[in-house]
Amino acid sequence: MKVKVIVTLKEGVLDPQGKAIQQTLNGMSFSDVKEVRQGKYFDIEVNTEDEKKAKAKVEEMCKKLLANLVIENYKIL
Amino acid sequence: MKSSVIIFPGSNCDRDMDVALKKFGFKNEMVWHNDPKIPKCDLIVLPGGFSYGDYLRCGSIAAKSKIIKSVIEFANSGGLVLGICNGFQILTETGLLPGVLLQNKYQKFICKNVHVKINDKENKYFKNIKKEILELHIAHNEGNYFCSKDELKSLNDNNQIAVTYCNKNGNENENDNPNGALGNIAGIFNKNKNILGMMPHPERMIDEYLSSNDGSFFFENLIENLK
Repeated sequence: MKVKVIVTLKEGVLDPQGKAIQQTLNGMSFSDVKEVRQGKYFDIEVNTEDEKKAKAKVEEMCKKLLANLVIENYKIL
Repeated sequence: MKSSVIIFPGSNCDRDMDVALKKFGFKNEMVWHNDPKIPKCDLIVLPGGFSYGDYLRCGSIAAKSKIIKSVIEFANSGGLVLGICNGFQILTETGLLPGVLLQNKYQKFICKNVHVKINDKENKYFKNIKKEILELHIAHNEGNYFCSKDELKSLNDNNQIAVTYCNKNGNENENDNPNGALGNIAGIFNKNKNILGMMPHPERMIDEYLSSNDGSFFFENLIENLK
């Protein structure tokens, strides 16, 4: 089955890419954009149909590699 | 004194480091990331570059590579591990050093000479070094050191902040902080001070005709301290 993961920067962690995107959007007449935070998205195909097991494995992957918990949060969808 | 420089796919300061180490008397060996073991040595260096294309996060893939287990074992048994630039990023990703290197504050790759102040000399890297302020080169996109408030306090309390960005007189101010690093931090130690990670490249400053000579002070001193 497929498991989807989103990794985002924690609040308060500087995100220069998000800032650049926000400024560009503002310059494109999307003046309402107040803030952009950029994150990462993973589509992980796991070799099992047991959702609980698959998500537990993916959670381990998040902690060990996909996210750096000093600066990032992860969300398994 | 023997040293080992680890080469990851994408390392690009490995040969400069080899030249520098040999110039000051180390018997250096190059070690490939897929090798199972590191030869017996007194110092392991993780060089600068873009290991594994900096995919996912800088240093994150290298931190899980085959050779890293041996590096961690060596470090945990008190061996000297020096990580420069991408090597510093790898050390934080392995957890051997606290914190993380974020993208530079001003959204630019920075390549220039900077001054750094040596904050602690009670360690093998800087004991007896002849200069307090070194002019070294930096070249990075992710050098903005960041950690939690508690971690920063712990770094300060244990004198783990090795080098900080400053002006040529040694004053640490915002103008001389090239990348937005917390507390102008350019390099840190682990608690035992056998592991040093820093963004500046001493290996690029070992020839007075090509660069400054300040990297020479670092290497000359390091080998003396290891004898």
